[in-house]
Amino acid sequence: MIDEMLQALLRALSFGTPLLLACLGTLVNERAGVVNLGVEGMMALGALTAFSVATETESLWLAVALSLVAGALAALLHGFVTLTLRANAYVSGLALTMLGLGVSGLLGNRYEGAILLEPAPELPFTVAAGVLAVGLWAFLYATRPGLVLRSVGENPAAADVLGVSVGGVRYLAVAFGGALAGLAGAFLSLAYRPAWTDGMTAGLGWIAVALVIFVGWSPLRAVLGSLFFGLLYYLQFRLQDQSRVPTELFAAMPYLLVVGVLALAGLRRTQGSAPAALGKPYHRGER
Amino acid sequence: MIRLEQEPRPRRAKVLGVYLGMGVVAFALTGGVFAAYGVSPWEVYRALLEGTLGERQGLAEVLRRTLPLLLIGGGLTLAFRVGFFNIGAEGQLLMGAVGGTAVALFLPPGALSLPLMFLAGAVTGGLWALPAAWLRSRVDVNEILTTLMLNAVASSFVLYLVSGPWRGEQVQGYTYTDAFPDAASLPVLGETLVHWPTGVLGVVVALALQVLLTRTSLGYALRVVGASPRAARYAGLPTQRVVLLTGLLSGGAAGLAGVGEVAGIHHRLLDPTQLSLGYGFTAIIVAWLARGHPALVLLTAPLMGVILAGGDLLKISFNMPFRVIDVFSGVLLFCLISGEALARYRVRWGR
Repeated sequence: MIDEMLQALLRALSFGTPLLLACLGTLVNERAGVVNLGVEGMMALGALTAFSVATETESLWLAVALSLVAGALAALLHGFVTLTLRANAYVSGLALTMLGLGVSGLLGNRYEGAILLEPAPELPFTVAAGVLAVGLWAFLYATRPGLVLRSVGENPAAADVLGVSVGGVRYLAVAFGGALAGLAGAFLSLAYRPAWTDGMTAGLGWIAVALVIFVGWSPLRAVLGSLFFGLLYYLQFRLQDQSRVPTELFAAMPYLLVVGVLALAGLRRTQGSAPAALGKPYHRGER
Repeated sequence: MIRLEQEPRPRRAKVLGVYLGMGVVAFALTGGVFAAYGVSPWEVYRALLEGTLGERQGLAEVLRRTLPLLLIGGGLTLAFRVGFFNIGAEGQLLMGAVGGTAVALFLPPGALSLPLMFLAGAVTGGLWALPAAWLRSRVDVNEILTTLMLNAVASSFVLYLVSGPWRGEQVQGYTYTDAFPDAASLPVLGETLVHWPTGVLGVVVALALQVLLTRTSLGYALRVVGASPRAARYAGLPTQRVVLLTGLLSGGAAGLAGVGEVAGIHHRLLDPTQLSLGYGFTAIIVAWLARGHPALVLLTAPLMGVILAGGDLLKISFNMPFRVIDVFSGVLLFCLISGEALARYRVRWGR
């Protein structure tokens, strides 16, 4: 029994790691007021980049580093289109998801089904995600740059008056979000399932986006939230072969849960903790 | 530094020029991806043009792809105009197919079979959009996330039906239902897969939504809610009901498209990935291109039909993975929204 529970906890931690990484990144760029729904696409790009680099160079370090870069670059495209060109951020995020899935599927075709001979261990990713959560919490609430970041998401006009470069902070935050989404992808293709298959992100990016709302934009609650969803994934695989419940129900469960969670959050009005300027473009002198 | 200055009334020639320019940019960027994949972009585009618009069979394929896009695109154009970002058309299409299939399999076949199927599909598709619309209008939950999540749920549900309770009796090891009776199948043009009644329905729906939006008082309410929700509330317009209605209409249109696919092409309910080739997502671009005028999908749906049929062609002739369509769609969508910004603003360099 104890063994069973320990096993469940370990698997939940592992399932929850990519969710936590992507969630923390998205949380930071939303704290700066920017919505980026392209997480799934950036994750796919990060996963392919990491896998192809690891295969070609046999350097896991380089693979991880370049997955960060790939995610950040993809996010900067979103940043340019939404922050500089002022295009609709929701549509841009959707386009980024399509593009990320499309490009990784197309360019990853030559690696399809390939496996990594020397996979990376899972534990360092999990530990890094946990440390990052605590670090971000301390950063957001106990440092000046953290305060600046939050102010840009809450009241960009006031931040601007105080001499903060709203655009600059938002670009940085978006790049950080993309880098972490790329890292989440690297975890999938280097450690969790050391292989490349098209569509291996399997909706995790979207769940991470919803998780940010679920945890009320708090890095510490993100740890608990991702553990919860990790446990759900574990149960999905664990119960699948034993029970009479159709497997499709388990497959649909995380998505149903996200809708349920969003509904509850809405009904309980906890969305009040969303950054006030979330999703609202800011341009000096307008309005 | 790049700076943008608002240009309230850009000249039509400029808007057209910007969009054409962004179209060229989109093809150049996609060409870059093809080059990285190891295929000459010139060859790809030549094959694309010849295989879709250059021959009868290709043209029929384009038309076949256009049919669902007409219906879904019309509904989404309305939804976007009202500010309801329904990106769950894929799931609404699937549920529409489920509704149509239920009628085809479990009601006695007859002259009323097809009308009843379309009716059932519209209802199930519309109802699938309703929770998202309700959550959005009552408790302000972002409909982009909810509609998207419901896509995955619908997909699981269809998979459950075709591999469980609705699985055909004559099929062995496959996941689909028995074939529909003849009375539940749509007529097609000649030897093609163009189930033309769906096309007629698509044109009627697009024009009807255009009239609804521009010529009725309800349409006026829809436009005000879309342009300024706050003004709509002050004016005493029933904002919540408007959003619910929009969800029902756009989901219903997608449901009709789902019935068209099962009754016109597959003649059975089958695996969700084969049932729809991402029509619900491609239709987002159709609607975005139509710029809030449902009737304009009569032009934009065929355009995306070419891209979908072209993607199919590339899969076969260049052995490309199906994701090639996502590359097209993603790049095109990026270029479109960037183009919109460039058309509405003047670009200035320097501070």
